[in-house]
Amino acid sequence: MIHSLFLINNVGDLFLEKHWKSVISRSVCDYFFEAREKAGEPDNVPPVIRTPHHYLINIYRDKIFFVSVIQTEVPPLFVIEFLHRVAETFQDYFGECSETTIKENMVIVYELLEEMLDNGFPLATESNILKELIRPPNILRTMVNTITGSSNVGETLPTGQLSTIPWRRAGVKYTNNEAYFDVVEEIDAILDKSGTTVFAEIQGVIDACVKLSGMPDLTLSFMNPRLLDDVSFHPCVRYKRWESERVISFIPPDGNFQLMSYHISAQNLVAIPVYVKQNISFFESGSSGRLDITVSPKQTMGKVVECVVVTIHMPKVVLSASLNATQGTYKYDPLTKILVWDIGKLNPQNTQKQPNLKGSLSLQSGAPKPEENPSLNIDLKIQQLAISGLKVNRLDMYGEKYKPFKGVKYVTKAGKFQVRT
Amino acid sequence: MTDSKYFTTTKKGEIFELKAELNSDKKEKKKEAVKKVIASMTVGKDVSALFPDVVNCMQTDNLELKKLVYLYLMNYAKSQPDMAIMAVNTFVKDCEDPNPLIRALAVRTMGCIRVDKITEYLCEPLRKCLKDEDPYVRKTAAVCVAKLHDINAQLVEDQGFLDTLKDLISDSNPMVVANAVAALSEIAESHPNSNLLDLNPQTINKLLTALNECTEWGQIFILDCLANYTPRDDRESQSICERVTPRLSHANSAVVLSAVKVLMKFMEMLPKDLDYYGTLLKKLAPPLVTLLSAEPELQYVALRNINLIVQKRPEILKHEMKVFFVKYNDPIYVKLEKLDIMIRLASQANIAQVLAELKEYATEVDVDFVRKAVRAIGRCAIKVEQSAERCVSTLLDLIQTKVNYVVQEAIVVIKDIFRKYPNKYESVIATLCENLDSLDEPEARAAMIWIVGEYAERIDNADELLESFLEGFHDESTQVQLQLLTAIVKLFLKKPTETQELVQQVLSLATQDSDNPDLRDRGYIYWRLLSTDPVAAKEVVLAEKPLISEETDLIEPTLLDELICHIGTLASVYHKPPSAFVEGSRGVQHKRLPARAGSGESAESPEVGQSGTSEAPPAVIPSQGDLLGDLLNLDLAPATTTVPSVQPSMQMGAMDLLGGGLDSLPGVSHRTEMQSPQPSSDYSERELGGDIGGSPSMGAALGAPAAMPAALSNAPAVGGGLGDLFDLGGGVGMPTGFYVAPKTLFLPAMKAKGLEISGTFARRGGIIQMDLSLTNKAMSVMTDFAIQFNRNSFGLAPAGPLQVLTPLTPNQTIDVSLPLGTTGPVMKMEPLNNLQVAVKNNIDVFYFSCQYPLSLLFVEDGKMERQVFLATWKDIPNDNEAQFQIKDVHLNSDAASNKLQGSNIFTIAKRTVDAQDMLYQSIKLTNGIWVLAEMRVQTGNPNYTLSIKCRAPEVSQFVYQCYELVLKN
Repeated sequence: MIHSLFLINNVGDLFLEKHWKSVISRSVCDYFFEAREKAGEPDNVPPVIRTPHHYLINIYRDKIFFVSVIQTEVPPLFVIEFLHRVAETFQDYFGECSETTIKENMVIVYELLEEMLDNGFPLATESNILKELIRPPNILRTMVNTITGSSNVGETLPTGQLSTIPWRRAGVKYTNNEAYFDVVEEIDAILDKSGTTVFAEIQGVIDACVKLSGMPDLTLSFMNPRLLDDVSFHPCVRYKRWESERVISFIPPDGNFQLMSYHISAQNLVAIPVYVKQNISFFESGSSGRLDITVSPKQTMGKVVECVVVTIHMPKVVLSASLNATQGTYKYDPLTKILVWDIGKLNPQNTQKQPNLKGSLSLQSGAPKPEENPSLNIDLKIQQLAISGLKVNRLDMYGEKYKPFKGVKYVTKAGKFQVRT
Repeated sequence: MTDSKYFTTTKKGEIFELKAELNSDKKEKKKEAVKKVIASMTVGKDVSALFPDVVNCMQTDNLELKKLVYLYLMNYAKSQPDMAIMAVNTFVKDCEDPNPLIRALAVRTMGCIRVDKITEYLCEPLRKCLKDEDPYVRKTAAVCVAKLHDINAQLVEDQGFLDTLKDLISDSNPMVVANAVAALSEIAESHPNSNLLDLNPQTINKLLTALNECTEWGQIFILDCLANYTPRDDRESQSICERVTPRLSHANSAVVLSAVKVLMKFMEMLPKDLDYYGTLLKKLAPPLVTLLSAEPELQYVALRNINLIVQKRPEILKHEMKVFFVKYNDPIYVKLEKLDIMIRLASQANIAQVLAELKEYATEVDVDFVRKAVRAIGRCAIKVEQSAERCVSTLLDLIQTKVNYVVQEAIVVIKDIFRKYPNKYESVIATLCENLDSLDEPEARAAMIWIVGEYAERIDNADELLESFLEGFHDESTQVQLQLLTAIVKLFLKKPTETQELVQQVLSLATQDSDNPDLRDRGYIYWRLLSTDPVAAKEVVLAEKPLISEETDLIEPTLLDELICHIGTLASVYHKPPSAFVEGSRGVQHKRLPARAGSGESAESPEVGQSGTSEAPPAVIPSQGDLLGDLLNLDLAPATTTVPSVQPSMQMGAMDLLGGGLDSLPGVSHRTEMQSPQPSSDYSERELGGDIGGSPSMGAALGAPAAMPAALSNAPAVGGGLGDLFDLGGGVGMPTGFYVAPKTLFLPAMKAKGLEISGTFARRGGIIQMDLSLTNKAMSVMTDFAIQFNRNSFGLAPAGPLQVLTPLTPNQTIDVSLPLGTTGPVMKMEPLNNLQVAVKNNIDVFYFSCQYPLSLLFVEDGKMERQVFLATWKDIPNDNEAQFQIKDVHLNSDAASNKLQGSNIFTIAKRTVDAQDMLYQSIKLTNGIWVLAEMRVQTGNPNYTLSIKCRAPEVSQFVYQCYELVLKN
C-alpha cells in the first residue's frame, strides 16, 4: 500500500514528507526529479515512475507535486485517487491548496495525513468525518483555544465512521433547512477549420449543498432521465432504485458534496452554443501573418452566452499582434505567446454586428514560416441552461417532518473546447 | 496565528530551548513545544535528541497532545529503541481506555513502532482489540495484524492472529470485513502459497454483501480479492457479475477499474450466446469512456488498461473511437496512449475519421507526438487494406510540407507500406527521391536506401543515388551501412553491367575498411555468394520477402490473458507480468482467465497454479538483428569443422549429394560451368575464395531465413546440442549394437510456450528411430501433436505420425519413438547432418534443429566384396582421401572391429604389418553412397589412424565422428 508521501513544489523543493511505514530516504525523489527534468513541462511528468526498488506515483495539482512511494503491487488508480483526495482535503480545510497554506498549517496537515491513512490503508477520507476528528482552522477557534486551552482535535469517535451511512453524522441541526442543487455541464469539443464538430461530449455534474436537520431521505427525479446512460454516483445514492425507477434516492451527507456525475457521449447530438469563424495565416515572406476571428452565438435556447474568452497559443516566432477588436479587449503576452481575447457577453439579438478580432501578426524576421497551426481555446458560460436539456423534475423528502427550502440552478460552461485552425 | 511560526526558530540552542519548554508545567506551553518539534521533524530536521522529553508528555488527557506525541514516537522509536520502551506502559493502558477512539489509536500507533521490544507487548492488547465490541477498534486492529506481520511474520503465525483475521471476513460490519480482506491480501502477497484467502461460495457471498456497504477503498480491496476467485460454473459467474455491475457507476475510478477487472475475468466463463453476455459487454463501455474525462493521471492509467481491453475484446469500444481523439492540451503521455488505442480501433468503418485526425496531429508542435502520428498513418495503411491508398496520399501531402522530421518519419512508414503492398504504390518513388538530401536520421536514410535498392530497376539514377550515399560510408550508422550494402548488391543483380565498380567498392568498404563484424560478415557472405553462384545470389538476395503483418505490436495472447487478470495494477500499466518486475514477489502466482463453460478444459483455480517456475515470456518473432546473428552462427559452425584445404574439384561431391546420383556426368559439366568466369568472378581475391572453402550451400543457408526464421533462431541451441551429442564422458555402457547417445535438449520450454523436447536418434534392426521426450512445462494441457521435417541432406522424413495419443497435462513427460524413413525430399544442409524439425501442438508451431549421427544411415548390407573394395579404392581419386586421428582408444583391433560392426561399419579384411593392424572397412549409406575406410591400429598405441575415401568427401568428416562416437562409448 502507500508507503510514503512527498510534497514538492514546482521549482523542485521538497517541503513535506510523511511516512506511513518505515522511513524511506528522500533521495528516492531523485528519480522523480530526473523524470521532471526530462518532461519539460510540469504537466508532462509521467504519473508512474519506476525506480529500482520503488514506484513513484505522482499527481500535479495546484503547482504542487504529490509524490507517493509504493513498494508492492498496488492499483495505481487507487493511489492517484487517494492523492487527489488529499489535495481536495487541503483545499477544503485551508481554502486553497498551496505551498504557503500547507506550511502555515503544517501540524494540521500532519494530523490529517495520519488520519487519512493507516499503514498505507485509507482510514478516513470523507470530509465530514475528518472535520469531526480534526477541526479546520479558523481565527475565532484559535483564539478560543488559546484562552480555554481546548484543542482542535475531536475527542470522540466520529459518529458516521461505522454506521452504514458513514458520510453523514448524526444529530445535525439547522434553523433554516435548505437543499440546493447545481446542475453544471461542461462541453468538451473539438471543431475543425470549417467549424464542423469533430467530437463533442458533455461532462455533467450535480453538486449539492444540503443543510437539513436529522436524517432526511431525499428523492430527486428528472423530467428526462433517459438522457443519462453513463453515470457515476456518490456512495450515498441507492443504485438499485436508479436501475429500476430512474430516480436518485439518497440520504445526503451534510454540507457540500457532488451527488453525481454523468457523461453524454459524442453519439448523441451535442449542441454547440457558439459559432467560430476564424482564419490565421502566415505569409511565406515578410515575417507577418493575419488573424481574423468572428464569434457568434447559436443554439442557446434564448439564453445569453457570457464570459466568452478566446485563448490562442501562438507559435514561438510570433513577436507581437496588432489587432482590432469590435467587442471586448485582447492581450498578447509575447513571453508565453498566449493571445487572450476577452469578449464578454454575446448578444443574441444583434446578429449583424458579431464580435470580431482582426489584424496582423508580426513574426521574428528571418524565421521560417511556422509549421504548426495554433488552436483556439474557447471559454464560455451560459446561466440557467443545461445544454443537454436535462431538467430536474422534483425533489421529495421523507423521514423528517419540516419543510425544507429547495432550489435547482443550471449552468453550462466550456470544458476542453477547442477550435482547430 | 499559523503554524509557520514554528519554523522561525532557527537560532542557536533551539533544541535546548525546546527541551525547557517541553518540561514546562503549563499544558499549553508543552503542547506548543511538541508542535514545534513535529514541525521541525516534518521538514527533515533531526530532533531525536528530545526523545525522553517528548515521551514524558505522552501521559495526558489531551487527545491532540497525545496524537502529536504518537506522531513523534512513530518517527523516532526505531532510532531510540531503549527509550521507546518507556512508552509501552502508556500504550497498554490506553488499550483499556473506555473511549474506543483512544483504544484504536493506541493499537494503531503501537503497530507503527517497528521495535521488537514494543512488538512483544503488542500481542495481548492486539488480541483483545481484534475481538473488541466496537467495530472501529476491530477494523483498526485488523490492519495492525498486517503491520505486525511485516515486522515479525513468525510471531503473527505463532499467535494465531491469521485465523482471527480470517474470522473477521465474516464480521457483521462491512468496514471490518474490508479491512480484514485488505490485511489478508497484503500478507498473502509475501506468502504466495499460504492460501490465506480461502475463497469459497460462502465467503464470496459475504464479500459481495459487504461490497455494497463499505467505503470506496474497502470496495477496491474486496473487488481485487473477488478477482482471484474462480467460479464453479457459468451461473455462479453470472450472479457475481450481476452483483458487481453497479460498481461501474461509482465515482471513484479505482473502484470502477477493479470492477471492470472482475467482469472481464468472469465474463470469460459465460457462454457467448447468453443474452446477459451481450448486456454485460454493453455495460462495460460507458464507464471506460467516463474514466477518460477524469484528471490526466487517471486517464493515463485508464488508457493503459483500455489498451489491454481493446486487444482482448475490441467489440466493447468499437463505436467509441471519438473519445480517444487527442486534445491539444492533453499531456504528452495521454496523447501517445490515445494514439495507440486509435490505431487498435481503426477499421474500415471509421478509417476516414481516423486519418483526418492523424493528419491534424501531424501538424502539432510536439515532435514526439507528430512522429508517432505519422507512424500511425502507416500502421493504418497496413491494418486496413482499403485505406492504403488514402494513407499513402496523406503521407505524400505530409511530405510536401517539407517539415524535416515529418518527411523522415513518412519515408520510414512508406517503406513498410511497400513491403505490405508490393508493386502498388511505386509511383510515389519519385517524390520520395526528391527529399533524399534532407534525410539526416539513420532510420529514414536506411528506409530510403532500402526503397532505392528494392526498386532499383525503376529508378533511372539508382546507381547515382546510392553512390552519393557511399561517399560518407564510414560516417553512417551501422543500420545505414548494412542497408546500403544490401541495396547495392540488389542493384548489381538487377543491373549488372553498369554497377560492377559500385558493388566492388561497397564490398571492399564493408569487408576491408570496417571494424563492424556484422557488416564485415554480411559483406563476405555477399562476396562469396556473388563470386560462386550469381544465380543463387539472385535467388537469395532478391527472394520474395515474407509479408509483414499489421499487428506486430500486439501483446502475445497468453501474456494478454494474464494481464487481463491484473487490470488496474502496475502490471497493467507496464504491460508486463507482475513476476517480471515487482520487487520481492517471491513466486507471484500466474493468473489466468477461467475457461468458458463447456469448452472441455477443466478450469482449475488459479491459486493452485504453479508458482515459482519462472515462465519466460515466449519468444516473439526474432528481430532483424537476432536473425543476422544466428545466420552467422549457422554459417560459422561448419567452417570450423571442415577440413582446411578443400580442393576445388571436391565441390562436385556436394552437388552429387544434392542430386543423389554419384556418377552423373551432367554434374561435372555443371561444375565446370560454375567455375567458368562470371561477371563477378573477376575479383582478384582468389585467396579469399580458398579461405572460405567452396560452399555452394551458402545459398541454402542464406535462403533459409526467409523461409523459416523461427527455425534459424534456434541455431545457438544446435551448437549446444552438437556439443552434448559428442560429449564423450557420458559413460553409457553399450557393448554391441547401435550406439545411442543420451537424450539432449532440442527445444527449450521457453522457446516453445512451455513445450520442452529432448531426444536422440537410434537405428534398431534396420529401422531409424527418433526417440523424443516431450515435456509440458506450461500450465495448460497440450494436444494435437504433429511433427514434420524440413528437407534435409539424406531425405529423412517421419514414417508415421507422432504417437501422442493422450493429451499432455502440465508437468507430464511422454516418451515417443518416431520411425523415420529416408525417402523424403532432399536438400543439402549445412552441416550435412543437420535436421530442421517443426512440431505442432494445439498452441502453436515450433521449430528447432538438431543433428543426427551419420551412423544412423549406415545400412545393414554395407559389407562390400573384397574385390569390389579394392577396385573402388583405386577408382576414387586420392584427392578424396581424408585422414583422421582417433585418440585414446584402449581397444585391440578385434574388439574395435566388433564394436564398429554393431553400427554397420563392416571390416572386410585385416592385415598385420610390423605390429600394426590394418583394418579395411566399408559402409553404405541409405542413399547408396559407399564409404571406404582404412584403420590402422598399432599395438600399445591408443591412437588410431583412419583414412576415409569416398566419392562424396563431405561425408568423411561425419563418418569420422561416428567412429569416434562408437569407439569411445
